[in-house]
Amino acid sequence: MASAFEYAPAPESRSVVDIAPSYGLFIDGEFTEAADGKVFKTVSPSSEEVLSEVARAGAADVDRAVKAARKAFEKWSALPGSERAKYLFRIARIIQERSRELAVLETLDNGKPIKETRDADLPLVAAHFFYYAGWADKLDHAGYGANPRPLGVAGQVIPWNFPLLMLAWKIAPALATGNTVVLKPAETTPLSALFFADICRQAGLPKGVVNILTGYGDAGEALVTHPDVNKVAFTGSTAVGKAIARSVAGTDKKVTLELGGKGANIVFDDAPIDQAVEGIVTGIFFNQGQVCCAGSRLLVQESVQDEVLDALKRRLSTLRLGDPLDKNTDIGAINSAEQLARITALVETGEAEGAERWSAPCELPSSGYWFAPTLFTNVTQAHTVARDEIFGPVLSVLSFRTPDEAVAKANNSQYGLSAGIWTEKGSRILAVAGKLRAGVVWANTFNKFDPTSPFGGYKESGYGREGGRHGLEAYLDV
Amino acid sequence: MPTTAPAFSDATASDSALRRFLFGLPGVDAVGLEARAASLGTRSIKTTAKAYAIDLAISMIDLTTLEGADTPGKVRALAAKAVNPDPTDRTTPRTAAVCVYPDMAATAAAALAGSGVKVASVATAFPAGRAALDVKLADVRDAVAAGADEIDMVIDRGAFLSGRFLKVYEEILAVKAECGTARLKVIFETGELSTYDNIRRASWIGMLAGADFIKTSTGKVATNATPANTLLMLEAVRDFRAATGTQIGVKPAGGIRTTKDAVKFLVLVNETAGEDWLDPHWFRFGASSLLNDLLMQRQKLSTGRYSGPDYVTVD
Repeated sequence: MASAFEYAPAPESRSVVDIAPSYGLFIDGEFTEAADGKVFKTVSPSSEEVLSEVARAGAADVDRAVKAARKAFEKWSALPGSERAKYLFRIARIIQERSRELAVLETLDNGKPIKETRDADLPLVAAHFFYYAGWADKLDHAGYGANPRPLGVAGQVIPWNFPLLMLAWKIAPALATGNTVVLKPAETTPLSALFFADICRQAGLPKGVVNILTGYGDAGEALVTHPDVNKVAFTGSTAVGKAIARSVAGTDKKVTLELGGKGANIVFDDAPIDQAVEGIVTGIFFNQGQVCCAGSRLLVQESVQDEVLDALKRRLSTLRLGDPLDKNTDIGAINSAEQLARITALVETGEAEGAERWSAPCELPSSGYWFAPTLFTNVTQAHTVARDEIFGPVLSVLSFRTPDEAVAKANNSQYGLSAGIWTEKGSRILAVAGKLRAGVVWANTFNKFDPTSPFGGYKESGYGREGGRHGLEAYLDV
Repeated sequence: MPTTAPAFSDATASDSALRRFLFGLPGVDAVGLEARAASLGTRSIKTTAKAYAIDLAISMIDLTTLEGADTPGKVRALAAKAVNPDPTDRTTPRTAAVCVYPDMAATAAAALAGSGVKVASVATAFPAGRAALDVKLADVRDAVAAGADEIDMVIDRGAFLSGRFLKVYEEILAVKAECGTARLKVIFETGELSTYDNIRRASWIGMLAGADFIKTSTGKVATNATPANTLLMLEAVRDFRAATGTQIGVKPAGGIRTTKDAVKFLVLVNETAGEDWLDPHWFRFGASSLLNDLLMQRQKLSTGRYSGPDYVTVD
């Protein structure tokens, strides 16, 4: 975008974070090599620079970590809730103190813009620990009867789109309720979890309460199928979620799955158009669209469709794509070459099926993994881009004439994680929200998160809820 | 939103038609608007971008004195400063205008003659606007006759808030007719309009009635220019140009005191209305103390160190 007002680059300093050349697995309070000595590299998606080398966990490491967690569980679960709360509060405060460091680290490892890690991810991470710290000594009053018991060892597998935030969603309620944890971060974004391991040590958390295993899908599989794991929590793709559901079926493991989505963002003709356009942008271009609850299907009322699309294209032309460490950047890098290929393939399918593609006119950097904000018009319910989760900065635009049609189209999806409604009419918000089969329905906003608010899906978007009081249930024997 | 100009003549055919038109404009979600304004306020403007922004902001200032205690001497001093804001650095751009009460317009015009700095004068019984229409028009005639290049008028907020939109519209038309070649800035006093929806409606009344500029406020009430109300007015002029081809200027006034604030407003302009508005002809700051902060920041950029208030002139 050539402009008279060229913002000078304003990169966040990398020196606030000290990344070691190599990291081990965090088991029983110690960093250790993988049993078979395997390692893998993690790269920065915006530059393809190798950031570090981390240990690759195998089945033996999983077993070691689960044993450590089992041993720690005895003492940890016996602590009074107020004692566990102290550790959680301490962790929350350390996260706040180290938030700049963690924000830069997350941006380097994940590719998302620093303004998102700094202003969205990290404040939410701290807030989740604070929130569940507050619950730790009040479990008797959570609505699950007196003295609800923890489940035991939680095996948790998290995705690469919000590495530290998903860690917080998983670990904070698990620890507050008295469980111990073995967590496997995604192979493309292992670093912030390892820094979190250091925070656990800094907070004096007893050994074995939190264990971090970096590795690939095989380690995740070994973890969720480990016989001594009592609770499985997974956030990620629907395909893997289905495999996990199959593998734990018939066992006494408790499971929560938070999977894919194809959120409908419904714009009625009386919507506050300018703010709706912002909401559409937040809905699908936040974190490059790599958000399971992204508003990736725009349903816009026919009478305002042209107006909304014109405004949206104009707005997308102002998005600033580039160095994610630059404070002025709106759109960062796609997390991996693999994900970029998946997005590219789905977009090509969209074009081949006759949907009309429009991409924002922005220059893509020469190294790293990038995809320009893109939208498809002339999309119907039958198009792949209206059905499959793309998990990238790609919006499919459909139109509707009546509220009933909007609801029918919004619900006509194998997913049901999120939806948005834009209208100035309060009664319509309530009427439509009640009919939408989605775990979260936002009204006149999108992609807003809060630890007090439960989050989870319908249909192939998974089951169970995270966050809020509801999130405790997944870690309690109730 | 209407897309053709002829639709607008219908819109102003009667009070009820104008009401229907104004209430048919898209609503404003306050939370979303303020969030957008705040997020644009986090753009980091440094080095070359900052130098550009500072000079642009200086060139957009309507250097203003609107005190009962104004004297010809003070106005002449202000005019001298407008022409030559930093005597230690002649590369400093001049401001866009000097803004005064009508009785000082002649003094300002004499002091600014040939400088290129415009004379702006508040008229129409500024700041309350509570006078008969012929008094307001006489006020405008006076100012124009005294040499004002630009007239800053206040709307009748009483009429607006009681729903007499056509009265507001017709008053602006009448004032515009008195302006002759002077450009008309219409002040809404957004702090008294109470809702963002009202600010959008007022913006459209002003634009339909032929305002050359729409302006947030007088600087005389508690809430003056804010990033959110300015963002909203920038959206209005952007939409109006898209619908009619006519470009209208925006002037936030009151309460913008620091370079940091001014830069945030320029970012709003850049990313909302677009770079066509990054020009003193289309965007102004109504300010008095802002200039000195801009000058100090400018000195800091050129020397590498901060000077202090004694290194810029008091007025």
